[in-house]
Amino acid sequence: MTTNQLMFIIFSAIIIIFSVMTVTSRRILRAATYLLFVLVATAGLYFLLQFNFLAAIQLTIYVGGIVVLIIFSILLTSHIGDRLEAPGWKKIVPAILVATFGAVITLITVLQFDFPTKAITGSERTDIREIAKSLVSTEKFGYSLPFEVISILLLAAMVGAIILAKKRED
Amino acid sequence: MDFSIYDLTSFDQGIDKCLYENLTPFWATVVEMTLIGLIFLIFYALVALFLIYAERKVCAFMQNRVGPNRVGPYGIFQLIADFIKLMLKEIIPIKNADKFLFNLAPFIVVIASFMAMAAIPFAKGLHAIDFDIGILYVVAVSSMGVIGVLLAGWSSNNKYSLIGAMRSGAMIVSYELSVGLSLLTVVILAGTMQFSAIVEGQANGWFIFKGHLPAVIAFIIYLIAGTAEANRGPFDLAEAESELTAGYHTEYSGIKFALFYMCEYMNMFIVASIAATVFLGGWMPLHISGWEGFNHVMDFIPPFLWYLGKTFALVWVIMWFKWTFPRLRIDQVLTLEWKYLLPINLVNILIMAFIVLMGWHF
Repeated sequence: MTTNQLMFIIFSAIIIIFSVMTVTSRRILRAATYLLFVLVATAGLYFLLQFNFLAAIQLTIYVGGIVVLIIFSILLTSHIGDRLEAPGWKKIVPAILVATFGAVITLITVLQFDFPTKAITGSERTDIREIAKSLVSTEKFGYSLPFEVISILLLAAMVGAIILAKKRED
Repeated sequence: MDFSIYDLTSFDQGIDKCLYENLTPFWATVVEMTLIGLIFLIFYALVALFLIYAERKVCAFMQNRVGPNRVGPYGIFQLIADFIKLMLKEIIPIKNADKFLFNLAPFIVVIASFMAMAAIPFAKGLHAIDFDIGILYVVAVSSMGVIGVLLAGWSSNNKYSLIGAMRSGAMIVSYELSVGLSLLTVVILAGTMQFSAIVEGQANGWFIFKGHLPAVIAFIIYLIAGTAEANRGPFDLAEAESELTAGYHTEYSGIKFALFYMCEYMNMFIVASIAATVFLGGWMPLHISGWEGFNHVMDFIPPFLWYLGKTFALVWVIMWFKWTFPRLRIDQVLTLEWKYLLPINLVNILIMAFIVLMGWHF
C-alpha cells in the first residue's frame, strides 16, 4: 500500500463517517462541526490529487465562508441545551427512499463510466494562470459571460442584503 | 552531503536521498513527515515562549517598568516557570458545557495556525511546502481559525464567552477581506502566488520599494488587518478584560488555555512572517542595485537571520500598536474596515494593476 492510498482511505473514512454523523446528530452545532470535518477532508482529497487551487478554494469558500456563516446563525438563534426532535416514520421512510434512489443512480453512473487508467503527470495539471485567463476570456472555452452574470447576481444580492439590514427611517 | 547555511537545498536533498536509499518509499515518506512535524512542533513552542517573554519585556519598557527580572538573568527563566505551571494546572471540566466542542475548539485554532506556518519560507531550502498557490493557501487555512474561536465561545455556555466570540468572529471575518486584498496587490506586482517565486522576485529590491506608493499602502493595510486577524490590541475587544473577563477563552484552564494563549502569539508571528516575506523580501538580503560592495557584505548574513530579523522587527511593531493605542469599540472596528480600509484597498488594487500594466514598476 502506498502513502497515497493510505491517505485516500483515511480521508474517505472521515468523509463517510462524518457525513452520516452530520445528518444523524440531534445537536445542531455539532452537526455543523461534523460538516466542517467532511469539507476539510474533501479539501484534503483535492490536495492529494494535487489540485491545489481547487483545494484552497474549497477551504476558503466552504470552510471559511459557508461553515462560518452556518455557525454564526446557529450562535445567534440557538441555545446550548437545544435538541432537535427525533423524526417520525413519516419523515424517515421517504428520506431513506430518496437517499437509496440517489445512491443507486450515482453508483450506476460511476460504474458505467469508463475511467482512464493512466496517471496525470505534472505538465497536464491546470496552471492557475490558465484558470485566470479562461475566466475572463471571450474566446472558445472562455467563461467571460458566466463570470459577468454571476457578478451581477452577487451585486444584486449584496444590495438586497444591505437594504434588508438597513434601519428603516419611519 | 554538503552543508552551507546560505543554501540548505543540497542539505535537504541529501537527507531525502539518504532516507529513500535505506528505506522503502512508504517508510521514507512517513519518516520525513514525522521529522518535519517534530521540527515545526519544537519551533512553534520555542517561538511562542520567546514571544511571550518579549511581549512582557516590551510592554514593561513602554510603561516605564522593568518587567520579569527575578527568575534567572533578565528574568529569562520566568517563562519556563510559567510554562511548567500551565502544564501542571488542573483542567476544570465545565458541567453544562458541550464537552465535545469545548475540547475540540482549541485544537482547531492550533491546527489552523500550524497549517499556515507550513507554507512560510524560512530560508533558502528551509520551506516545508511550496505550493503554486502559496498566498491563497495561507489565506484559506487561516480562515479556519475563526471557527475554533466561535465554537469555544458557544460551547462554554457563558454569556461573556459568547459575546466575546461573536465580536471576534465578526471582526476576523471582516478583516480577512483586507488581508486578502492587500496580499492580492502584491500578487499583481509579483505575477505569482508562489512564495519561493515571490522571494526570488525581490532579489534586486523589496516589493515595498518596487511597487511605489500602492505597495506601501498595501503594507500598512496588511499590518492593520493582520493585527485584527490575530486578535491583538487595539483590536482585542473580544477579550476586553474590564467588560468580558477573558472573552471566548474565559472558561478554559490549564493546558487548553495555554493553547489559546500560544496561538495568539503564533498568529502574530505568522502575520509578521507573511508581511516580511511578501513585502520585505523574506530571507532575501537587502540589495541595492549598483552598490556592489554593499550587496556583497549583505550576502554574508545567513538567510535565516534575515528572515528572523525582519519578522521580529514587524512583531515589535505589532506589540508597539498594542501598548500605545487605546482599544477600539466594536462599531469603530467595523467602521474602520468597511468604510475605510476596504474602499482604499480596492482603489489601491486598481492603481497597482494600472502601474503594472504601464510597466512603471521597477
